[in-house]
Amino acid sequence: MKIAKQFILLLASLFFTVSLFAQGDKPGMADVMRSNGRIYVVIAVVLTILVGLILYVFRIDRKLTKLEKEN
Amino acid sequence: MSPVPAQKINRGEPMTEAKNYMHKYWWKILSIVLLFYTVIAGFLFEVPRLPLLQETIRNLYFHVCMWFAMMILFTISVVNAIKYLRTLKMKYDIYARNFAVVGILFGILGYATGAIWASFTWADPNITVIDNFKTIARDPKLIGAAIALLVYFAYLILRDSVQDMDKRARISSVYNIFAYAILFPSIWILPRVLDSLHPGQDGNPALDVKNDISSGMRIVFYPAVIGWTLLGVWITTLKIRTSIIKEKKLSK
Repeated sequence: MKIAKQFILLLASLFFTVSLFAQGDKPGMADVMRSNGRIYVVIAVVLTILVGLILYVFRIDRKLTKLEKEN
Repeated sequence: MSPVPAQKINRGEPMTEAKNYMHKYWWKILSIVLLFYTVIAGFLFEVPRLPLLQETIRNLYFHVCMWFAMMILFTISVVNAIKYLRTLKMKYDIYARNFAVVGILFGILGYATGAIWASFTWADPNITVIDNFKTIARDPKLIGAAIALLVYFAYLILRDSVQDMDKRARISSVYNIFAYAILFPSIWILPRVLDSLHPGQDGNPALDVKNDISSGMRIVFYPAVIGWTLLGVWITTLKIRTSIIKEKKLSK
């Protein structure tokens, strides 16, 4: 339990450092995800939700097809 | 409707059906593709720069589509209700109910998204929340939409309060037609007659080619409507198939 907590803390700290590095004065590279007010990040988030929901609906569809065949 | 003789009621209609559109995949894939397109194009394509609305104009691809999907689903529902009354086949009653339920779901989503949108565009930040609520809540379009949704809530309550299967199907099919009739004045006529903050007062909101939404938005908006509606239909067919399986288990 304690180890798990420490592990989560470690992971969290890693994420924070990543975001700190990102804010440093790095030369502007051709980074799509950080252009245009980072709108692409929003698109990625919304698409991820959409993919998740659609996969879920798809799975229900497949299960129903199986059930219908059994009946 | 004249009473139907008992022997004419199609009680034991076998629910096994030939594979129909519910089992096809092409329109489900079409729905997914259109929704992906909606999200990507909806966030990236050029939109008119308007004061107050600013980037929130992109909500057109999401908020308005919920209402369009709701109207289409309610229309399919009433068509199935009429089909039930004409043929008395139980499956049409199941169709009508489930299309109405998912229509209500889309209506609630439309209402919720509209509330968020309005609180950042209609609400005046200089006055209190309650005063804002007083002005916004009496908007005819909102009241009309609320009436329409409440009428459909009543449809579900009415359905579930009748025990007998055939009676329930018949009463709720007739009520479904009335509920659909109330949609016309409450969401299409009433808001156009009275003053409203909501856009789309005159003419056909979001469909007027000449002077409503810009052509750049239309190439995203129409596919978005189709995509969201197909998603609604997909969810409904899952519900219908579940009810049919249940029904079959009960009759065994």
